[in-house]
Amino acid sequence: MSAVNTPVRGVTRAPAAGRPWRARAGAVVPHVILLAYVVVACGPIALIVMNSLKSREAIFEGPFVFPTPDTFDLAGFETVFTRARFELYFLNSFIVTVGTVFLVLLLGSMAAFALAEYRFAGITLLSMYLAVGIMIPIRLGTVGILDLMVRLGLVNSLAGLVLVYTAMGLPLAVFVLTAFFKQVPGDLKDAARIDGASEYRVYALAVPLVRPGLAAIGVYTMLPIWNDLWFPLILTPSENVRTVTLGTQLFLGQFITDWNAVLAVLTLAALPMLALFIIFSRQFVRGLTSGAVK
Amino acid sequence: MSRLRTTSQPAGTSAGTTTASTEAVPPAGPVARSRRRRFPTHLVVFIAPAAAIYTVFMVYPLLDSLRLSMFAPRDGVQVFVGLDNFVHLLTDDLLSDAFWNAVWNNLVFFAVHFLVQNPIGLLLAALLATPTLSGRGTYRTLLFLPTTLSVVIVGFIWQLIISPVWGFVDTPLLGQSSTALVTLALMSVWQYIGIPMILFYAVLISIPDELTEAATVDGASAWTTFWRVKFPLLLPTVGIVSVVTYVANMNAFDLIYTVKGALAGPDFASDIMGTFFFRTFFGFQLQQGSSTMGATVATMMFLLILAGVLLYFYGWQRRVESYEL
Repeated sequence: MSAVNTPVRGVTRAPAAGRPWRARAGAVVPHVILLAYVVVACGPIALIVMNSLKSREAIFEGPFVFPTPDTFDLAGFETVFTRARFELYFLNSFIVTVGTVFLVLLLGSMAAFALAEYRFAGITLLSMYLAVGIMIPIRLGTVGILDLMVRLGLVNSLAGLVLVYTAMGLPLAVFVLTAFFKQVPGDLKDAARIDGASEYRVYALAVPLVRPGLAAIGVYTMLPIWNDLWFPLILTPSENVRTVTLGTQLFLGQFITDWNAVLAVLTLAALPMLALFIIFSRQFVRGLTSGAVK
Repeated sequence: MSRLRTTSQPAGTSAGTTTASTEAVPPAGPVARSRRRRFPTHLVVFIAPAAAIYTVFMVYPLLDSLRLSMFAPRDGVQVFVGLDNFVHLLTDDLLSDAFWNAVWNNLVFFAVHFLVQNPIGLLLAALLATPTLSGRGTYRTLLFLPTTLSVVIVGFIWQLIISPVWGFVDTPLLGQSSTALVTLALMSVWQYIGIPMILFYAVLISIPDELTEAATVDGASAWTTFWRVKFPLLLPTVGIVSVVTYVANMNAFDLIYTVKGALAGPDFASDIMGTFFFRTFFGFQLQQGSSTMGATVATMMFLLILAGVLLYFYGWQRRVESYEL
């Protein structure tokens, strides 16, 4: 814990020019510790990606060596695409994730707009009813969900997954977006109304103003859905509706001894979300802290 | 709930017509008052779709699971049996042992999270909040990276890395009952440490400079300033992070299932509520799956989560003062 202290001391004492080494250490120590943890956090990921591009011998002989032209080998990726239909799994995951994010953002912003904009009887109760879902994990209702899906004929259909994930994502979306809509200036909406705009038109005007909220909720909704194993395992196990996460899990169980294939599939499954996160990391961090971190 | 569903029915049919009529309201004069008098169709159109999906696919299944936990199949029909399932779960020799084992393991799983993620998250957040630090955004993104991965990927990455085949680690950490659960919990901490880190960081950077400066002027060392000024301001966030972690841990499943399978070996040493629920619901080996017993386990999970949340509200949040900054 002393490390927490060092940089702060370095900074607060910096004007006291008597101890320059201390100020310099105060500037370096945070970098040393943070870099060390970057290695802990990203090292394993880098190790997997790096070794997925190497031949079997090279994986075991020099795991920390970058792939060279000699050791470069895409055998693992070939196995993955010949033995499993990963392009299909990606498409399924893509449909489910995009479909859910679209529904959560559209329906969530509509409900949030109404809750922020109008006063009506039972609004507190309705807000609370919708907010309860933030704390209760939807997995506890799995028995009921499977039962319902069987009755609706939605087992092994992507639509079933989309509906469950939408229900799962809505409570937080409504809660967060309501706060965002409350910040939209009232003058703007009243001006539109005086010009004869319908309430739907006012909503359409207000939506672009809560874009940061939409971005944050979009990223926040997307990750757990793309990465979920539980519901695909239970609701959509059959091959043609399999998602990447379930496909990866099944593939890995089957090919655990083929290290090339295992490393290749891990790389393939990880890269899309890593890339998206690196692009949208700002929105994500802002969403997580409800705007405290810019 | 039923009220919501009945009001949602006219929404689809009358939406088009009322759009026109709202527009027909004369723009001048008390617009708001005249709108308030007619039936607020737009309100229904806005709220009903979200409320309906949430009600049908989340609230109803949850309540249905609660209901099913009080039923049991007799001659092919579900009959009401009151609390018999719960009595069975808690008194049957095999079942109750497995249940308490899963509860205990789940609490250990959470304890590892609590004890490891708070100090490390706090340390990283404090370093990130150093005013003169350069490259802050890059650090934040890189430290957060594992959180974006699927648990399946995290499980396998670590399984490969600590596999004795690759040779970085000689002991089969995941194969021994004494180390399997803690190893899995640490994998999970590795993945999710970014969340407490960012939340602590958000608090630290929102502390006004005047506050820390005042302490420094009064002669407090940086060490004292951190523990006496900043740390109390962080405590409410420690509480929130912990309760969210507890809820997530109590229905964790993916990691254990990926690495150890539904049997959560060795010898159920890594069995937690999620895997126990899965086995009870779908069956395993010779034991037949049961949806009613599955619902019973889910209800117990709900009660455990509720107990944790209440403990947080009465044991932590009430005692920890939070300050408006």
